[in-house]
Amino acid sequence: MGILDKFQQVEATRRALAEKGVKSITVVMEEILSPTEATINGRRTILAGTNNYLGLTFDPECIKAACQALWEEGTGTTGSRMANGTFSGHVALERELADFFGCRGAIVFSTGYLANLGMLAALAGPGDVILLDADCHASIYDGCRLGAAEVIRFRHSDVADLEKRLRRLGDRSANCLILVEGIYSMLGDRAPLKEIAAVKAQYGACLVVDEAHSVGVLGERGRGLAEEAGVEESVDFIVGTFSKSLGAIGGFAVSNHPQLELIRYASRPYIFTASPSPSTIASTRTALAILRARSELRSRLWENARRLYQRLTELQFVLGPEVSPIVAVRFPNPEQAVLLRDGLLERGVYVNLVLPPATPDGGALLRCSVSAGHTPEQMDRICEAFASLRQVLDAAPAPQ
Amino acid sequence: MPGYEEILKEFLGILKPFAKDGQRLDEQTDLVADLGLDSLRVMKLLVEVEDRFDVSMPLNFLPNVRTIKDFVLQLQHILGEGH
Repeated sequence: MGILDKFQQVEATRRALAEKGVKSITVVMEEILSPTEATINGRRTILAGTNNYLGLTFDPECIKAACQALWEEGTGTTGSRMANGTFSGHVALERELADFFGCRGAIVFSTGYLANLGMLAALAGPGDVILLDADCHASIYDGCRLGAAEVIRFRHSDVADLEKRLRRLGDRSANCLILVEGIYSMLGDRAPLKEIAAVKAQYGACLVVDEAHSVGVLGERGRGLAEEAGVEESVDFIVGTFSKSLGAIGGFAVSNHPQLELIRYASRPYIFTASPSPSTIASTRTALAILRARSELRSRLWENARRLYQRLTELQFVLGPEVSPIVAVRFPNPEQAVLLRDGLLERGVYVNLVLPPATPDGGALLRCSVSAGHTPEQMDRICEAFASLRQVLDAAPAPQ
Repeated sequence: MPGYEEILKEFLGILKPFAKDGQRLDEQTDLVADLGLDSLRVMKLLVEVEDRFDVSMPLNFLPNVRTIKDFVLQLQHILGEGH
């Protein structure tokens, strides 16, 4: 076996997908026209799979702040937060995040992925146990692998299963970190956080909630599921990203624990990465201020989410379990998902194609995500495209 | 606590539906190379073993497992620790 032989399996998988009609997983956006439109394959296309929940990527104030930072502070920091990469903007953003969440402290990371790696590897060490929801994001799994703790999965959103596993740990449950997400990225369902917080308290464990898809989306002030469920005091650490509602790239963690500040010194993904560029920090700060000030964006987002979920239900598509800005259309096999994805693209609608092993149950998904930036006319066109494809899908021969 | 042979017998029973028709399973059967288990099926197998033995199996043990024998030895060790 040579070092490169392992890629034969990847090539075989790629070939098998090509036979099912998947020429390429990646779709190239040739021109970005707005938060909700791009040119794909030369066609003006509505973007219904971007995580751009509040539609802030083209907000004039965010762009103005980013441009100003570019001129005043340059294109990059060229260094780690621990060395030359902490500018006044990074510190200000941390202060603003802490204030927004009503927490004692905040840390800014270079991406949401690194925020999970940096927090989880630092929090759970040798002798500790991590209990993670089986459907957690890859960044959470990778953060667990980077640390030295014992890692145990519990069934997705199954509080009884979590409780059983905590009970089995006995005294070790006090050294246990429970990991869940606010909104799960593939099916758009919320964690039963109130019940999880109660079990966490019963066993004296520590609770981390990844609010990547729920900040700006849930809660009266947009702080996420912990706010919506009324359990912010029970959550030990919140992790999140700037690459969804805040329309940029980067990640963060907030907490009331004074030890959060010490994580900076124990987190390799924080120490050994260049910090976010000044323009990213500037647009994120502006987007956070907009998120706080304009709750109507959240209302519009949910209006669009309800509308798409209802229409696709009427069309008898199999969807994720609850209404959410992530509307997952589920298929037992990739062929139907590919057929529908390609049909949608031909009709000028882009959604995410998700194939196993990235899907929770081994099936295939068309993952739609709506935005506050979608106009009623765009929502009409998305719904019409799905409706026109319903018959095509029903008439398609069953895959072998 | 059940012994190695008892765990092996039980595990072979759990593994049967994961094998191809007529495929012979023994201690040296490789879970990936012979049974073709991908990451999703490994996780499914793990859940079934956890239910059958009423135990939590840490994911950390997986890199040390290639064969049925490796899995059973790890499971025996975990059962001994009372997870």
